[in-house]
Amino acid sequence: MNITLRVWRQPNAQTEGRMVTYGVENVSEDMSFLEMLDVLNERLTLEGDDPIAFDHDCREGICGQCGVVINGAAHGPQQTTTCQLHMRSFADGAVIDVEPWRAEPFPVIKDLVVNRGAFDRIIQAGGYISVPTGSAPDAHATPVPKAAADAAFDAATCISCGACVAACPNGSAMLFTAAKVTHLNLLPQGQPERYSRVANMVAQHDVEGFGGCTNIGECTAVCPKGIPFETISRLNRDLLGSLTKGSR
Amino acid sequence: MALKALMAVSGLILIGYLIAHMYGNLKVFAGQASFDEYAHHLREIGEPLLPHTGLLWIIRVVLLASVIVHMYAAIVLWRRANAARGGAKRYQSAKARRGVQRSYASFTLRWGGIIIILFVVYHLLHLTANVIAHGGATASPYERVVNGFQIWWVVLAYTIAMIAVGLHLRHGTWSALTTLGANTSPAARRRINVLAYALTAVVTIGFLLPPFAILMGLVK
Repeated sequence: MNITLRVWRQPNAQTEGRMVTYGVENVSEDMSFLEMLDVLNERLTLEGDDPIAFDHDCREGICGQCGVVINGAAHGPQQTTTCQLHMRSFADGAVIDVEPWRAEPFPVIKDLVVNRGAFDRIIQAGGYISVPTGSAPDAHATPVPKAAADAAFDAATCISCGACVAACPNGSAMLFTAAKVTHLNLLPQGQPERYSRVANMVAQHDVEGFGGCTNIGECTAVCPKGIPFETISRLNRDLLGSLTKGSR
Repeated sequence: MALKALMAVSGLILIGYLIAHMYGNLKVFAGQASFDEYAHHLREIGEPLLPHTGLLWIIRVVLLASVIVHMYAAIVLWRRANAARGGAKRYQSAKARRGVQRSYASFTLRWGGIIIILFVVYHLLHLTANVIAHGGATASPYERVVNGFQIWWVVLAYTIAMIAVGLHLRHGTWSALTTLGANTSPAARRRINVLAYALTAVVTIGFLLPPFAILMGLVK
């Protein structure tokens, strides 16, 4: 198949970017979206052009590195990571728009690569548990109810790709923050820091400049891990709880 | 983030008022005496413990506070969202402008809110203060209503406002309950959404019944 790409090119954070059109011929429909970009980049390199910069690592849909906005939707038309999106999802002759995640807290580094350091700082604000290091405790030392384990695991599948922010009409990172909060707050190990965690992480979320959640649900619709929307309400519950528990 | 909780609570207070207001409106079907009596009684509730129109003023103060809190939170959060998105035109792509699944109600929440506040001002000037007196000023609340809604474009203006209220309620009810932590499972999500739709239907239809009944001459 032959396609036309309109790709966001931006040499660095300081320079204005623009959409550049490339034709890509003989694309196999079994290629992943990133492999198609690889093919284009090989050609650009041979022609002496600057290849398109994009983030990627495992290409198995589990690392959370890749992610671009394709035709206005985060990770494109399928609810999966960009690396797991295949060219068969597009028609022959399609014109495909490719842009980086857009949010003020995610400044563009180059082309399709954005700086997601804001997520790291939200994690640093409370996305951990305090435990003594040393020998590992017995696996059954702390019983975890099955329902809590399942719900925590659903939240823990978040790979911090940032698609939720890219899709949110408010530029909110609430699904990401909620997934991290819920993951730990449902488990016994997360209880000692339960309320300070939620308050600190949400405070950091706001400091980073993310917007507020209006419960529209675009985030869950594009989340490659299908983080359930309920995680946000769980976060809200604990956030209201933190007001009365006096943890801040 | 406390802003969102304030937004939700003030919104729910206003929803409670809407339901009480709708109940009063439907009294119009019981005739002029009943409707005017109801309006008169509202001013006497709680007497002699409260002064004349005492409860009414308490309600007005609570409503005004709710509206101010609601608007303040909305403006601050709107600005924050705009800043986070980095301007109005976020993606160059013209595809998927309306998102993947978001509803028209969620899309129009903020601008709908502006329509509603403008309408509330007009509505207070019309039926409460009677400064704008469509079809002639009168001391009888019943006559104010009937005089106004015999004019088709008045009914049209109110209909547009009620549709805006309906869309606002559809997403607002859902969003408020979610923000307050009620959306804890897929079943709860369904229940909240059904509740939001039901409330929207009851309030919108309940408010539109009297104007249309008057326009069609069923109530005179």
